[in-house]
Amino acid sequence: MPHTVYEKLKNNDPSIPKSKILEALESQDLSLEFNDALENEMVLNMGPQHPATHGVLRLLLSLDGETIKKAVPDLGYLHRGYEKLAENMSYHEFIPHTDRLDYLQPVANNIAYTLAVEKLLNLEIPERSKYLRTLSAELGRIQSHLIAYGTTVMDTGGLTPFLWAMREREKILDIYDMYIGVRFTTSYSRIGGVAQDITDEAIAAILKFTDEFPGYLKEMRDIIERNRVFVDRLEGIGYMSKEDVINYGITGPILRATGVDCDLRKDSPYLAYDKVDFDVPTTTESDSLARFWIRFEEMYQSAKIIRQCIEKMPKGPVNALSPKKSLPNKEKIYTKMEELIHDFMLINFGQNPPVGESYGAVESSKGELGFYIISDGSGKPFRTKIHSPSFCNLQAIPVMLKDSLISDSVVIIGGIDPVMGEADK
Amino acid sequence: MNEERLNIIKEKLNGLGVEFYDVNGTPGIITSPENVLKICDILKNDGSISFEQCRDTVGVDRFAKKNRFEVIYSLYSLKYRDRIFVKVIIEDNKKPETPTLTNLWNSVNWYEREAYDMFGIVFTGHPDLRRIYMPEEFEYYPLRKDFPLMGIPGSINLPKK
Repeated sequence: MPHTVYEKLKNNDPSIPKSKILEALESQDLSLEFNDALENEMVLNMGPQHPATHGVLRLLLSLDGETIKKAVPDLGYLHRGYEKLAENMSYHEFIPHTDRLDYLQPVANNIAYTLAVEKLLNLEIPERSKYLRTLSAELGRIQSHLIAYGTTVMDTGGLTPFLWAMREREKILDIYDMYIGVRFTTSYSRIGGVAQDITDEAIAAILKFTDEFPGYLKEMRDIIERNRVFVDRLEGIGYMSKEDVINYGITGPILRATGVDCDLRKDSPYLAYDKVDFDVPTTTESDSLARFWIRFEEMYQSAKIIRQCIEKMPKGPVNALSPKKSLPNKEKIYTKMEELIHDFMLINFGQNPPVGESYGAVESSKGELGFYIISDGSGKPFRTKIHSPSFCNLQAIPVMLKDSLISDSVVIIGGIDPVMGEADK
Repeated sequence: MNEERLNIIKEKLNGLGVEFYDVNGTPGIITSPENVLKICDILKNDGSISFEQCRDTVGVDRFAKKNRFEVIYSLYSLKYRDRIFVKVIIEDNKKPETPTLTNLWNSVNWYEREAYDMFGIVFTGHPDLRRIYMPEEFEYYPLRKDFPLMGIPGSINLPKK
């Protein structure tokens, strides 16, 4: 006597109605269809909700067996219209919005935006705030590269290094908490300086971090450097020739992995980068493994820059003393009439830069991040264009994915290290 | 960019009717859709100028009666490590058109798609001129100055609950 539903189904018990799918499956002559499927090209939809795409990137892959013949990226799933928003608010108001572009390292976005505005306003910032910005930007670079390190290893199957990377990243977030006041969306850089001065407590924490960090980096390197599973998954994958990389306008670690030592920090030094000593690591392999190790080497260099910043940082004010352009000190607003008026004017009507155009760019962890601002002389920017490295680098995906396997697409995307908040604006 | 290099560029572009403007220290070239291909060809392929990379395209809506739309290309030279902007001013307000630069730099492909998506500027000869951020069936150009900040109700078909 059959008891379970499954047994009843197996014995074609008429008391259980057959589902349509089951009927369809039974009525098919499988041997014929199977051969047809192998000869056909298949279109696979990857994303936007896919853990390996590191965000809401959607890829349409045209497959021949397991080989990718064509890939078409589809963007816009995180498009929030920040360029339109920027046109409708004052220069100062837009700073918190820049945090949400590249949310893995918000500080670089703040700095790039304020640099562009300061160029427009013709405003010189104090020496100490230049060092403070440099320091926080390099902490941000480590923060972003740690994620790139962890996720790349996790994509190839190793979970431990990801947890190690998150542990180190947590320390950076704690340091941010100490001297910026928030852990994640920093808004640290202000027009004419920075939000607040660094505390002794934070300096001690940073020194402790930079002392220990190279040791941890060595551990992170040792666990994967000679690991066959890891190296075989990345070596020679996602190759792109030097000419292609240049022609596709790619910047950052991907460009440096082709042997071009292009780095805005060296080429056109901004902030305090001309006063610190560091190297720009390059290799010539131009595959996912090379990009991975370039990011890794950059973390050493960043730790070196942070150390030098703390040693060389001069004493002095952190905000420019320019009442018509830069916000006054908070304590003075509550006690002095003059400052109160300036604060009121700046908050309500904004800075009024002269009519003109300006471009401010920094080397973020992913490449050149720039803001092109057009001013019509009013308190709001007439046009703000965000030049985001992730958007430009993603354009290379069809070239890198061509003739590779589906399983390799995961590490290729990891090698580009896109952040969709930035790519979609 | 130093004086010497700027003079070389001025010399090479002589006779093409270009004007120069300044983006806080970085030079910019103002040109028209007719000449932009010739100018960019010289800027990229001439060995003594050599702007190998096009890093960005900025669309601008001036919202004026004349010369409403502008396109600004940001070029970077890896050989000399400096930058130049090329601004194309489009005279036609109703049907803004300018030739595409995809034949010179592959990177321009997506940048021009973005400018088309946001401003409705048509790049003639572009191989794949589709919208990039907004859905295909969207009818408006959101970064134009006459598009309201709050959007237009009903312009995007949302899935029914």
